[in-house]
Parts: sequence; structure tokens; C-alpha cells
Amino acid sequence: MTSRRILLLIVLAGLAVAPAVLSPFMVTLLIFIGIYSIVALGLVLLTGVAGLTSFGQAAFVGLGAYTTAYLTTTIGLSPWLTLLIGLGLTAAAAFVLGAVTLRLSGHYLPVSTIAWGISSYYLFAHVDGLGGATGITDIPPIEAFGYPFLTRESLYYPIWLTVLVTMQLIVNLLDSRPGRAIRALRGGILMAESFGIATPRYKMAAFIISALLACIAGWLYAHLLRFVNPTPFHLDAGINYLFMVVIGGASQVWGAVLGAGILTILQNYLQDLLPHLFGQTGNYEAIALGVCIVLLLQRTQQGAVSLLDRLLPPPPAAPPGEVTAAERLPERPPLPPGTRLLVVMGASKRFGGLTAVNNLSFSIEAGEIVGLIGPNGAGKSTAFNLISGVLPLSSGEIRYLGRRIDNRSSRRIARLGLARSFQHTRLLPDMTVIENVMIGAHLRSRAGILRALLRLDRAEERSIRAEAARHLHRVGLADSMHLAAGSLALGQQRILEIARALCADPTLLLLDEPAAGLRYQEKQTLAALLSQLRSENVSILLVEHDMDFVMNLVDRLVVVDFGEMIAQGLPEQVQADPRVVEAYLGGIE
Amino acid sequence: MTSDIILFLIQDGIANGAIYALLGLAIVLVFAVTRIIMVPQGIFISYAALSLSWLESNLVPPTAWLLLALGLLTAGIECWQARRRPRAMRAPLVKYVVLPAALLGLCWLLAPQDLPQMARMALALALVVPFGPIMYRLAFQPVAGASPLVLLLISVAVFIALTSLGLVIFGPEGVRTAPIATASFTLGVLDLSAQSLWVVGMTALLMVLLYLFFGRTIAGKALHATAVNRIGAKLVGIETNAAGGLAFTLAAAIGALSGILISPITTIYYDTGFLMGLKGFIAAIIGGLLSYPLTVISALVIGIIESFSSFSASLYKEVIVFSLILPVLLLRSLGRRDIGEDEQ
Amino acid sequence: MTASLVVEELVVAYGRVEALHGASLELPGGIVTVVGPNGAGKSSMLNAVMGLLPSRGRVWLDGEELSRLEPEARVARGLCLVAEKRELFTTMSVEDNLLLGAYQRHKKGEKGWRNSLDEIYGRFPRLRERRRQIAAVLSGGERQMLALGRALMGKPRVLLLDEPSLGLAPRVVRETFRIIADLRATGVAILLVEQNARAALQVADYGYVLETGSVVSSGPSGTLANDPRIIATYLGRRAGSKIE
Repeated sequence: MTSRRILLLIVLAGLAVAPAVLSPFMVTLLIFIGIYSIVALGLVLLTGVAGLTSFGQAAFVGLGAYTTAYLTTTIGLSPWLTLLIGLGLTAAAAFVLGAVTLRLSGHYLPVSTIAWGISSYYLFAHVDGLGGATGITDIPPIEAFGYPFLTRESLYYPIWLTVLVTMQLIVNLLDSRPGRAIRALRGGILMAESFGIATPRYKMAAFIISALLACIAGWLYAHLLRFVNPTPFHLDAGINYLFMVVIGGASQVWGAVLGAGILTILQNYLQDLLPHLFGQTGNYEAIALGVCIVLLLQRTQQGAVSLLDRLLPPPPAAPPGEVTAAERLPERPPLPPGTRLLVVMGASKRFGGLTAVNNLSFSIEAGEIVGLIGPNGAGKSTAFNLISGVLPLSSGEIRYLGRRIDNRSSRRIARLGLARSFQHTRLLPDMTVIENVMIGAHLRSRAGILRALLRLDRAEERSIRAEAARHLHRVGLADSMHLAAGSLALGQQRILEIARALCADPTLLLLDEPAAGLRYQEKQTLAALLSQLRSENVSILLVEHDMDFVMNLVDRLVVVDFGEMIAQGLPEQVQADPRVVEAYLGGIE
Repeated sequence: MTSDIILFLIQDGIANGAIYALLGLAIVLVFAVTRIIMVPQGIFISYAALSLSWLESNLVPPTAWLLLALGLLTAGIECWQARRRPRAMRAPLVKYVVLPAALLGLCWLLAPQDLPQMARMALALALVVPFGPIMYRLAFQPVAGASPLVLLLISVAVFIALTSLGLVIFGPEGVRTAPIATASFTLGVLDLSAQSLWVVGMTALLMVLLYLFFGRTIAGKALHATAVNRIGAKLVGIETNAAGGLAFTLAAAIGALSGILISPITTIYYDTGFLMGLKGFIAAIIGGLLSYPLTVISALVIGIIESFSSFSASLYKEVIVFSLILPVLLLRSLGRRDIGEDEQ
Repeated sequence: MTASLVVEELVVAYGRVEALHGASLELPGGIVTVVGPNGAGKSSMLNAVMGLLPSRGRVWLDGEELSRLEPEARVARGLCLVAEKRELFTTMSVEDNLLLGAYQRHKKGEKGWRNSLDEIYGRFPRLRERRRQIAAVLSGGERQMLALGRALMGKPRVLLLDEPSLGLAPRVVRETFRIIADLRATGVAILLVEQNARAALQVADYGYVLETGSVVSSGPSGTLANDPRIIATYLGRRAGSKIE
């Protein structure tokens, strides 16, 4: 048994016996820590994993609390029914807020959460029937199997059971297809979309799940205290929830519980101690909290759970290269060599007055490696972005297997069998090598959030893992399978990007300067890999400007300069073309 | 609603909006130099107004002691970091110990005297402005290169600490201070107070100055370059830490000035600055955290909307104002595509 | 008089991992190059010399020790780095980028710092054409020119160049090395870190080879370029020949 497992058992045993051994005050504190943990767990998913910061979670807690308070006291509905209604209302509210704010980037999202955090507080305080500043009293207790949970202590076990179940559900979710999609959000929308991940949907999913957890916490809170007023749902509380996650560690589920615990105990302790020390009353604990947060963030941004992580011995690593037997994922039928894959006809792209690509035409057949080369600023990258759906065309058309793709998003193009790598590698450095590759299989698998939460996706998960391992073997990275992707050297990261693209089972692989920044020997290895892929019937479009690298690898070359194609053909022909020599090599030395 | 009422509401809105505009300008300024979202901007309003009120009561403001305490802490850190270079200790000692001590001494001497109002205002300003650079030095400079999210979290934490500190040192009572100008003019149906004209005039002047400074002068561009690319700025010899300190000094000055200008019009509590700061903040966000004129215009619109909603739905005033940001943000998000990240 | 830069026993560590263990080198003027594979510590060394990375060891410029100075103070003393990532002010115009290159001269009250613009535009006519555009829209080659131009606006005495040819097309690479060779005439001393060892050794007077954080050999660049071990590791076969 590892020391991590022992620690877990000690914690669980401690929680189980706590009501029997601790003072009533400490038990109450633990009950509140449990409720806060549920909100914080939602923030781990939303902020720590998906990278979306919210100061406004208290609003959803309030929505859950006020919904049940109002409906149970005025029309006498059962708390179980009001829980469902509250969840429905919260989901609807989160959906509307999310639709407006989740597209915002950077600091705009957190700022907007501050705004609606404040608005909702004033709504709770002023809407008729919610009791104004005094709130709603005499909320009935929860009843289950005829047993009413009248005292606070009686809710201890239900609340902590909810916490533990929530933790397990989130762990399940993170280790699954939709979980990887949510984790991929941090790697940038461009990467996620180019593997077919519908990023708005997964952002919304993370947002709604975290709001629902906050709503459950609010429902528990209302039936615990049996009265509600607006104060606990103010922006301050929303800030507190976020700070819990920051203190505990935003990237792991235990961080939420740890953070909720540290903050709650510290606040209570300081509230008693500090006025005593200073000899006068005042909210010293808020000052201390502010200072602690500043100091903590100046030292580390990983939270307390990472300190704990460092103290414990690392979990035993899975042996490299392990592949369990599993059913193969569906594959595309191979295309007969010579099929016209990609046809670019008169493609042009203008940015304002600048024409980046002008009337570009070329085509790729199945089983070919085509190189798109040209000097810097010639329009190669723009052409690449046009084909992969990142940029819309100004005029002309692009067809893939006969279908127009120039008006499609990169997500829909990925569906047709195009997979790409990025000039500046876009990996998720904290995820393992194999998990990064598994993202590539997103479109070849189907498990949704519900199946992931309930672990009904295991068979498919095994297939994805086996498929990813197969591609890692294929590119020669099998030994690094369980390392963090960020720990690989640049050259290996580029290979890893290719493995991820291969995992999408593409008919055409688009590689954006795969050899940039590689040393001579690494380039030779890469060239050998690409030749091997061609022999396995993968077609490749390569953007490069390393002539030596391209010349011996590709079947055909397309040369562009100033946005226009100046030559195409076999490498030897192109190399001898006087226009190419002039434009590209800069004349004879 | 008669046209008189409409005119009156607009006038009232512009007077409030001008304060939000001042705060919004400071928030844009800080962001343009440091990428920090200045959540504690409103603090300077409360600190300055309350310090002024203490001086009016012939008392030494508690901010003078607080400044010296924080100054000693800052100087201690600076000296520790410069422990092998005694010569480098002189500047921080002057800036963080001698200056606050001198200010405290000055308050000690002058507070009991019957000073002219202008002198009290100058003293209150001088007491509050140094909090800006000290805040930057203590909280932000050690992590100046961190991600915007970390900076935002620190900003919120600083705000919490300083607001609570405000309650401790000033207590929960609100104050009103004596105005600089008591005259008022009649324009048609409107009564314009000279104090409001001061506020509006100051806002317009600052907007123009900031616009010209950052848009036209090499010093302003150098400050902005710090936020665009901190390493690049270091590489051309821009003192990035000094730039951050300067931005915070200016922000504190604008905040303190706003506090002194409005405390004769509105009652100021230790936490009044927060909601005002947030409205300035919304204006700054609408201005894209970039455009000074757009920030001012949005702030005036917010002020006017606020005065109309407090007339017709006063309970929901804050809800209306803060919900206003959502459609604006939606418009912004529709206007751009999240792609093209490959440019680095 | 050309400037001289001395680096003594420089150690750079990221956490517990040392990226550079005690590298020493001298730049007596002219062009000195440091070649070596990816991850050898070349960039770490330049960043440490510039003061962007914390390091142990000493850096001297014309007899004055810079080791404890902030990067800004090192710029004021005539050191200038063109970083691997160029570090341009991408949302600002090309001309503003160049003008900011002369920030220290402006700050010292030097007259005529604006006139250097014409000199830079003369050297890089392409920048003059695009002077009103923002730096973000420039191509890779133009960005490199702008980074170099911005550095030259500061009239540095020692120029540190980090991988100037990285990510550039052959024509632009050749152009870049021609410009570096031209700069020799202006009297600026150049420390050139390059992965393109062949071109770097052609343009430099003297070279150091850095591997896994240590200097493993050094010598006049002609000697290094003919060293069979260096040819095998860094230069590959001769230019123009086939790989397979």
C-alpha cells in the first residue's frame, strides 16, 4: 500500500469519527467546510482545469438557497422537489450568463463575474417576497425515509458524503474523453478546435457543472441553517470561494477541500485571536487574509496541495510502453493511391489592403508528400491557415475529397480527416505524453459527460489509450509515454505533435514547419519518420523553409513568394527553376 | 417625467459620471503600464477624504502612521535585498522612511493649526499618494511578470486588506468635508455648483493629458511598452519597476484627488470607494482598458443611467448598472474572433 | 576603441537543474560566436549576461563589473541583447519600436537620437516602407530586422545576438549574416549565439563550443570549422550535398 493510500484512509477515518470525538463547535466548522468544499470543487473544474476564473459562484449558491427557501416556505414544496427546481433554474441562469460571458478572453471573464456577483446580491436583497435584508426564516428540514434532519449535526454525514461523491465524480470526469476536452481548453482554442473539440460546448459544460455544484451547496446551506439572508451570497463570498481554491491548489480535487478547510479554520481562529491581540474589535482577519493571499501568490501559484504532493513519495509510475488489449477504434477506409485529396483553386486572402495569398492553386493526391515552401512572409502560413479553416478565404475555393471546405470551421474540417501540427508546439505540458496523444482521438470516440461521470466509458477509454500507445510506438516515443509532455525536448515535442495528429486517423496530415529549431540529426530522424508514414498511406502537406530537409523527402514542391505561386513540380525541376533560385535562394553566390 | 427633471438627472449623472471617469482613467493607466487590474483604486478615495476630514477636525490622520509603518516595512525589504550594496540603500531609506516621517511630523505640527482648506487638501493628498508606489512595491513588483490572473487575484487580496484596514483606522462613520468652492450658478433651470464644475473640469483635463502623454511622448510610450512586453522593455533600458511605481503613484494621485473633490458632495465611508471604483472599472472595461476618451464617455453614460434608474427604480439601481456590462461585453466578444493565436 | 566583454565562471540554475555550469569566455571586440546544440545553455548564458536570469559568476564590460546590475542598467552601460524571441512591442508601430530602442539615449539627454532613424531605415529599407504598421503584422524576417534595428538605435557597444537566423528562410539568413558582418565596421563588438554553426563560424573571428552547459572547446573560427568532430556534430555534410 502506498503512503498516499494510507493518508487517504486516515483522512476518511478521521472524517468518519469526527462527530464522536470533536467538540460541537469543531463539528459545525467541519460541516461548513464540507459545504464550501462542494462549491470549491466546482471551481477546481472551472478555474483550475478549464482555466475560466469566476468570482461569482456565491450567486449560484444564493440561487440554490433562495429557491428552496422561497418554495418550501410559501407553497410548501418538498425540499427534494425544490432541489430539482433549483438545479433547473441554476442551469438556465448559468446557460444565459455563460452564453454572454464565456466567449470573453483573459481578464474580461473574471471581471464580468464580479459584475454579476454584485448584481445578484442586490437582487436577493430587493426582490419582493425574498424578505429583504432579513431574509426568509422557518425553512423546513430535509426529510429522508421519514427521518427529518433537524439538527446541524445530523447533516454532517450527508454533507460529507456529498463532498466525497462529488470528488469521485470530478476525478472520473477528468480522466475521460470529455475531461481531456475540458483540460485541452487551457492549451488554446486553436489546438482544441483543430482536433474537433467543440470548445464553446465544453466551456459551457464546465461552467454549468460548477454552477450546479454551487446550487447544491446553497440548498444544503439553506436547510442546514433553516434561514437565509443575502449576506452570505455577496461578492465577498464569491471571492472567498476562489481564494479557497487558490490556497488549496486549483488543479486537484483535494486542493478544494484543503483550501476550504484552511481558509475556514484560519478565518475563525483569527476572528477570535486578532481582536484579542490588538485590544480592540475590527475585522483583522480580513486584513490577515489579504496579506496571506498576497504572500502565498508571491511564493507559489500551485497551492497547499502541491506542498503536500512534494512531501509524499511519488505514486508508482506505470511501466513505459504498456498497452492493454482493447477493441480498435473505428478507422477510415484507405483511399486508393492517386485519389484527389485536396484541391486549392484560385485561393486568395486579403487583410485590409495587404494581399497575403493571391490566386493560389495546387492539389494533393493520396499517398503524396507535398512541400509548400517559400521565403518568410511569402504567405505559406496564411495558406496553411486557409486550408485548415483557421482563416476564411477572400476568394477562390478549397475542396477536400470533392467537398467545399473553405467556408467550414477548423472543427468541421477535422471531421473530414485533416489533422495538423503547430509551428509553435501546442501541447498541454502538465498532461502526460499519452494523454496528449489521446486528445487526437476525440472525434473517433463518443463518450459524453454523463457516461464519463458514471464510468460507463471504460471500454472505449481502453481503446483510445491503446490507439494512442500504438502511435507513440510508431513515432518512437513509447518510452516517454507517462512523462509530462512539458518535460520533453523541443524535438521530441514536435514528434509528439505528429503522434497526436496521427491518432486522429487522418487522410491528410498538415505539418507547419516541423523541422524548425531541430538540429541536423533530429531532422534526419524526422525525415525518416515522414517517409515511413507515406509508405503507410498517409498523405502529408508540409510547410517548410529548410530546403535540404524538403528536397529529399517530398514528391512535389509548391513554391510561393509574395503570396503567389511561382513554381511547382518535382523537387529537381523546382530547384532548377530560375524564378525559384532568384526568389528563394537569393541568386548565385 | 418633465424636461426639467430630465435635465436635472443628466446634470446629476454627469457629475457622478465624472468621478467614475477619473477612476476609470486611473484604471486604464495602471493596466496600460502593468497589466494589473486595479481593484483597490477606490481605496484612495476613501483614504483621502477621511484623512482630509481628520485634518479638518485638527487631528493627525491615522494614514500618516500607517504610511510610516508600511514605509518602514518597504525600506526593510529594500535594504535586505541590497544588503551587500550599502550605497543602494540610501534611495529607499529616503523614499520610504524619511519622507513618511517628514509627512507625519508635518501633520503633527500643522493639524492643530487653523489651516486654509487648500493646505489641508494638499496635505491629505501628500499623505495618500505614497500609498500607491508602496502598494506596487510590496504586493506587485515581486511578481510583476506573472500571469494576468495571478495579478488580478493579488489585486483583489490587496483590496480586501486595505478596505478592512480602512475600517480599523477610520472606523465606520462617514464624513463630509468642506468644499473648495461654494459658489453656484444658474443656467436655465439648472443649478450648477462650482464644486461639480471642478470635478468635470479636472476629468476633462486629465483625459487630455493622459491621451497626449501616452500617445505622443516617448516617455509615455516607454511606460506603455512595459505592459506590451516587459522583457522587451528591459532590453531597451526602460526601468520596468520604476514604471510600475510611477503608474501606481499617478493612480493614487488621481484617486486621492477624486476623493477630495467629491467628499463635499457625497458622504464618504471607509468602503465607499469600492462601488465607485467598480463603476469606473466598468467604464474602463468598455474602453477596452486602452482608450482614455472612450473610458470617459462610458463613465458619463454610466453616471446618467444611474441617475435615471435611481429616479425610476431606485432599489434596482445597482442591479441595472452592473448588469449593463453584460450586453457591452457581449458586443465586444461578438466583434472579434478568438483565433490567430499563432502570432507570438 | 572597441569594447571588451569578459564572462567569468557563469552558473545558471533553474531550480535544482543547472543549465550552465561555470562558463567563461572573452569578447575582445570583433565578432565571437558560441555554437552548440539545442539545450546546451547558449540562450541561458546570453540572458544571464544581460541580467534577465539570475546567475552566479561575473560579467565585466571594459573593466566595470556588471554582475549585480539590473538589465536596464546594463543597457545604459552599452550592452544590448537581440533576444531569440525578438521581444518586440507587437501592438506598437515599427517606428515606435525603433524610437524606444533609443530610450536610454533619450533619457540621458543625448541630442539627435531621433536622427538615428534615418540610418536604420537606410540599412533596412523594408522597415521604412512599413514604419506605420504595427510590429505584429511583420513577417519573420522583418521582425528580425526590426529587433536588430531597435538594438542599433541604442548605439550599443556590445551586441548580444541570440539565434538571429532561427526560423528564417535561406535568403533572409544570408542577408542577416551579411548585416552582421557589416556591423563589424561600425566598431560594435558582437557575441553571436547560433545553431547555424557553419554560417556563424564563417562570420566570426573566434568561436566557443558549448555542450550541456560547459565550454568544451574554443579557438579561432577557422580552426574550429575544420575540426572533424565539430564538422560531424554541427556542420553535417558540405552545403548543397544530398542528405541521403
